Amino acid sequence: MPETILETRDLSRRFGGLRAVSAVSLAFERGVVHAILGPNGAGKTTLINMLSGDLPPTDGKILFEGADVTGLPVHVRARRGIGRSYQKTNILPELTCLENCWLGAQARLPGWLNMVRPARRYRDVQARAERALGLCGLEARAGTQAATLSHGEMRQLEIGMMLATEPRLLLLDEPLAGMGVEESWRVIDLLKTLARDHTLILIEHDMDAVFSIAQRITVMVNGCELETGTPEQIRTSVAVRDAYLGEELAA
Amino acid sequence: MSHRSPLLPLLFALVCIGIALYPLVGDAFYVRLAAKIVVLGILAMSLDLLVGFAGLVSMGHAAFSGAAAYVVAALINKAGVTDLPTLLAASLATAGVTALAIGWISVRTSGIYLIMITLALGQMVFFFFHDVSFWGGADGVNLDAKPVLAIAGIELIDLSDRTVFYYVALACLVGTFVLLSVVLQSPFGQVLRGVRINEGRTRALGHDVQRYKLAAFVLAGLIAGLAGFLEVARSGFVSPAHLGWHESATVLIVVILGGMGTLVGPVIGAFALVFLEDWAAELTDHWKLIVGLFVIAVVLFLPNGLVGPLARSGGREGLGKALARLWNAPARLFGRTPAKRRDDLPQESAGDA
Ligand SMILES: Nc1ncnc2c1ncn2[C@@H]1O[C@H](COP(=O)(O)OP(=O)(O)OP(=O)(O)O)[C@@H](O)[C@H]1O
Ligand SMILES: [Mg+2]
Repeated sequence: MPETILETRDLSRRFGGLRAVSAVSLAFERGVVHAILGPNGAGKTTLINMLSGDLPPTDGKILFEGADVTGLPVHVRARRGIGRSYQKTNILPELTCLENCWLGAQARLPGWLNMVRPARRYRDVQARAERALGLCGLEARAGTQAATLSHGEMRQLEIGMMLATEPRLLLLDEPLAGMGVEESWRVIDLLKTLARDHTLILIEHDMDAVFSIAQRITVMVNGCELETGTPEQIRTSVAVRDAYLGEELAA
Repeated sequence: MSHRSPLLPLLFALVCIGIALYPLVGDAFYVRLAAKIVVLGILAMSLDLLVGFAGLVSMGHAAFSGAAAYVVAALINKAGVTDLPTLLAASLATAGVTALAIGWISVRTSGIYLIMITLALGQMVFFFFHDVSFWGGADGVNLDAKPVLAIAGIELIDLSDRTVFYYVALACLVGTFVLLSVVLQSPFGQVLRGVRINEGRTRALGHDVQRYKLAAFVLAGLIAGLAGFLEVARSGFVSPAHLGWHESATVLIVVILGGMGTLVGPVIGAFALVFLEDWAAELTDHWKLIVGLFVIAVVLFLPNGLVGPLARSGGREGLGKALARLWNAPARLFGRTPAKRRDDLPQESAGDA
């Protein structure tokens, strides 16, 4: 019996008159890589923003591990185990790679008024930050200022910061965006490794990547769920081909 | 930010020793001036915790120190309390509560709105002390006595003694420096830095940034309360001018002048401003013009403040850079600014959120 880790019920978000996401009801199973596909402007990022808590929904509900988290702010959800990476690189450019991950690793400390002991003495935080840095492949760049990284490396750091918080559910918004072929494969390998003991919700335009990792795929168009199924079902779906994949082929 | 040269602490230590021995040899007038610098340095350091380290530009900082000073004055003049620990505790409590109230409202905003709201709330505190006649009106009040620490009838510390006051204030400056160094190195300090650089991402990583910002406000307020206590004990006088926006702006200028985001900077800024004011006021009636030009020059040529050239690796390279900036200054003035460093950075906003 597969267990649902995250569920949305009629989740909607309007921006003025625009329905960016309308009445999306999805169930994400624990341990599964669930990809979300859709043309530009389909509402994928908006959906992820609502799942992470960055954006409040205008309607509907979000349940994480059985509990209603719709009204919870982003930092509380992060502490509950929902981690996310951003489509637009969102790092702390002045800090080193390790310090970037450190900030995530530190979120696992109990309490918040830790004002006395120097941060570097927290060995467990250091270990978490280093582990995350190693996972995202930036071990050698630990002391490098994030602003000086290449674009691909920044994308890796984006993932590393998320991993440092040790989430159970990973929300990945186009992790491969703008990456070179070789970097892409390295990140795809990382995602496959992470998939062994995490749940992944993955937005990605790279079809090869999606079909090589995902076990379930949802296709969104104009803010609505068009179809959800296995990669095979999606590949052969007429509706999807008409609405999206056809468009891709034509382009 | 993370790589500091050892030059700065060394210089700071040397200056400290000089300052520590000064009242034993110095002229009485300059000892008084030095005490003023020390107190202003403490106040500026506390503001720098907000502005330079957490990126929270507050324009109401004098409200914290000023309110503390008023409560000290009232306790001494109206209740006859001169016990130093009682007065100090009252100062800290007053400033802490004021900071909690102002901070609680302010941390919901950021950027220009934070500046506006701290300015407005600071002015409310100003008018409270200005308009309520109990506090002594627009002209301010003189202290009838000064705080004294006595145990079993033996006077240990009498703040009306110039040298004693100087050393007490200096000890408070060092204490504040140590306290803030510790706090800034702690996980708490790391989050504050995260708030300054990228608040949205810091929150998304699992930190309740609102809470951290409020705690920073209260901590800064408590230290400002200490400064307010020292200031009223130093001058024996408090007036509404001590907590108006003009005073808040002056403290902000001290921070910017010395160098935001460093603990030494605010002290150097206080030193520079107090000395410059004293020197310029003797020179001409238009001394404010001189001070203003100096501030503009520093902001233009030393964007990292007076400590800027020292803080960079080794100092020499920093000085070279400062000279290069001087060279480029005409171009800056007329808008032919070469691509600034910040433009090379990726977007650091809250991304898609
Ligand atoms: N903050 C906002 N304010 C107004 N409109 C918005 C906002 N964010 C997104 N939108 C609009 O909502 C729609 C969905 O945007 P969203 O970013 O979710 O699409 P997406 O599927 O992630 O697209 P892409 O593949 O280009 O990333 C778009 O039409 C977009 O312009
Ligand atoms: Mg998107």
